Amino acid sequence: MTPLLEVKDLVVTVEDKLIINGLNLTIKPGESHAIMGPNGSGKTTLSNVLARHPDYTVKSGSIRFNGQDILESEPEECAQQGLFLSFQYPVAIPGVSNVTFLKAAVNGVRKAQSKQPYDAVEFLQVVKKKMAELQIDEDFLYRSINEGFSGGEKKRNEILQMLLLEPKLAILDETDSGLDVDALRSVADGVNSFRNSERGILLITHYQRLLDYVTPDIVHVMMDGKLIFTGGKELPHQIEEKGYSWVKEQAE
Amino acid sequence: MSKQPEIDDFVGNSYSAGFSTDIESDSAPPGLNEDTIRLISAKKQEPEFMVEWRLKAYEHWLTIKEPNWAKVQHPPISYQDISYYSAPKQKPKLNSLDEVDPEILRTYEKLGIPLHEQKMLAGVAVDAVFDSVSVATTFKENLAAAGVIFCPISEAVQKYPDLVQQYLGSVVPYTDNYFACLNSAVFTDGSFVFVPKGVRCPMELSTYFRINAMNTGQFERTLIIAEDDSYVSYLEGCSAPMRDENQLHAAVVELVALNNAQIKYSTVQNWYPGDKEGKGGIYNFVTKRGQCRGKNSKISWTQIETGSAITWKYPSCVLMGDNSQGEFYSVALTNNLQQADTGTKMIHIGANTTSTIIAKGIAAGHSSNTFRGLVDTGPRARNSRNFTQCDSLILGDKAAAHTFPNIKAKNQSANIEHEATTSKISEDQLFYCRQRGISEEDAISLIVNGFCKQVFQELPMEFAVEAQKLLEVNLEGAIG
Repeated sequence: MTPLLEVKDLVVTVEDKLIINGLNLTIKPGESHAIMGPNGSGKTTLSNVLARHPDYTVKSGSIRFNGQDILESEPEECAQQGLFLSFQYPVAIPGVSNVTFLKAAVNGVRKAQSKQPYDAVEFLQVVKKKMAELQIDEDFLYRSINEGFSGGEKKRNEILQMLLLEPKLAILDETDSGLDVDALRSVADGVNSFRNSERGILLITHYQRLLDYVTPDIVHVMMDGKLIFTGGKELPHQIEEKGYSWVKEQAE
Repeated sequence: MSKQPEIDDFVGNSYSAGFSTDIESDSAPPGLNEDTIRLISAKKQEPEFMVEWRLKAYEHWLTIKEPNWAKVQHPPISYQDISYYSAPKQKPKLNSLDEVDPEILRTYEKLGIPLHEQKMLAGVAVDAVFDSVSVATTFKENLAAAGVIFCPISEAVQKYPDLVQQYLGSVVPYTDNYFACLNSAVFTDGSFVFVPKGVRCPMELSTYFRINAMNTGQFERTLIIAEDDSYVSYLEGCSAPMRDENQLHAAVVELVALNNAQIKYSTVQNWYPGDKEGKGGIYNFVTKRGQCRGKNSKISWTQIETGSAITWKYPSCVLMGDNSQGEFYSVALTNNLQQADTGTKMIHIGANTTSTIIAKGIAAGHSSNTFRGLVDTGPRARNSRNFTQCDSLILGDKAAAHTFPNIKAKNQSANIEHEATTSKISEDQLFYCRQRGISEEDAISLIVNGFCKQVFQELPMEFAVEAQKLLEVNLEGAIG
């Protein structure tokens, strides 16, 4: 079976600084991976590079998504092929209503996948159903995207977008940060409802909090720009208990 | 919206519509002198007062100089090389759309302009498929039943000389400025609207569906009068790119609102901006001013400016009546080598007068986009208030945005707020959109439309939709 994501010997620099230094990662359909690591280990850089952020330069190595080399791909092409990134800090776009944005995104992806774009009425039905699942109020549709949203609202909005876009691989960057318990639970419910045997998930997180609700199959620890240790779902609790220094010892 | 199909039908056939004026097919030799003005007046069969007024304007014009304070640059204009009276130029008739420049057709398509209208705009002979005369008649009957006068100003000069004499030049006197003065001497046509006391005009008035507007030439004159307790909404312009043989356009628009009257004036302007090197574009030097003469009167200007090589235009409100209100909502987009120097003047004279200015400038390419504003609260304008928000968005690193606000507060009780921002589209916003599967070009247009939302929501619905498409088309290639 073709892996959803295959990263080999990835080296990335930002302004001549080495951030990712020989990273390898393979995610197969149906798998949920988590990458944990202390601040500054290169987690957010990794998620941006995977989504093909134009500011990051890949020095060497390869990234294949769904069997395709995506090093030369534009961000929108990756998105249209089913790669989704839930941002740690979703940006506000003043004056652009959530519903306008969501519809542009969903129809952009549907068109690229040769599916019929939704008309306004169909789209409202689809989006309202998903919003109900995530317990999001309808007035949310008509607010400017992420403008004046609380931390919880922003993250719920990210998950709503994920559920609407139905990607093959979802990368969730620090989706648990800034959430209270209720918001965390509804976000986790959203992620769990997304999981199936064809989709992959990459959870990037500092803490184990989200991992209590969304149980990963495989957990990696990232330090100094590479994955230094890989374990199972019990690993986050061991890290919580013994700290990253313990992982470092295990790795050596 | 429900009127839209009718209007579309109408536009496609307005050559045969009922508004046409009798213009003989001859023209004056280039040059401007008293004889030219007498000729124009004679051709228009104007009463004596008009020719006298025109001549006074001309005499004054000879004594003044072209202004040079605007932040625009252009080669000197040779006023003696212009022909001031000519029959509407017949564009060469084409047999089908196949003969039209494909670039133009592509733009029409993107703007969603109906096929028959495309033909008319491109100068293709249009078959009379629609019963346009009946549509025109319906419009005229509805207006007449309400007592509203809406006709070419040349017709008004003949039919309603008293109204014209009373109001023409009463808001923008011929001594006002160089271009307004020239216009007063030589204007050939424009629109006239009179809404009598207590009447709410039953439809949006649009020059767009009147063929005269297509050929009013370079010196257009518009006069709108709203008597006590009346309301009128007037739409000017057209989102389709308009080409014109005349490079210099110097229009004058005068609005008069009496007690409790309200005038809403919306413009979508997309005149030919010239090619990528800026050659051949139109110079649009316009004087637009409204007087809120009555108590509680209100004048709103909304403009979407995307065209012309050079735009020089400051739709203004003179708030004379107590409690009167002035509003200015503007989006000015410049690309390539376009230059826009635009803004507004809010002159507070009466007590408790309020004004709102929302100006959005978008500068792309090598263009220059200037906002110039004046808020003046006079000694009698007790408790007057102004709110100004002036935002600039710059695309790329070759464009320039400038803001020149001028505030004159002449009494202690005035409350004036001014907010200004200048920004670029952030990389984060673009990446966010693109990560969601939206192309870079669509993302820019989404973000720019969001930036302009406060202004778009002031436009009548069908104009708002056009305005959004217009920005999309004009932003094409703004980021390489």
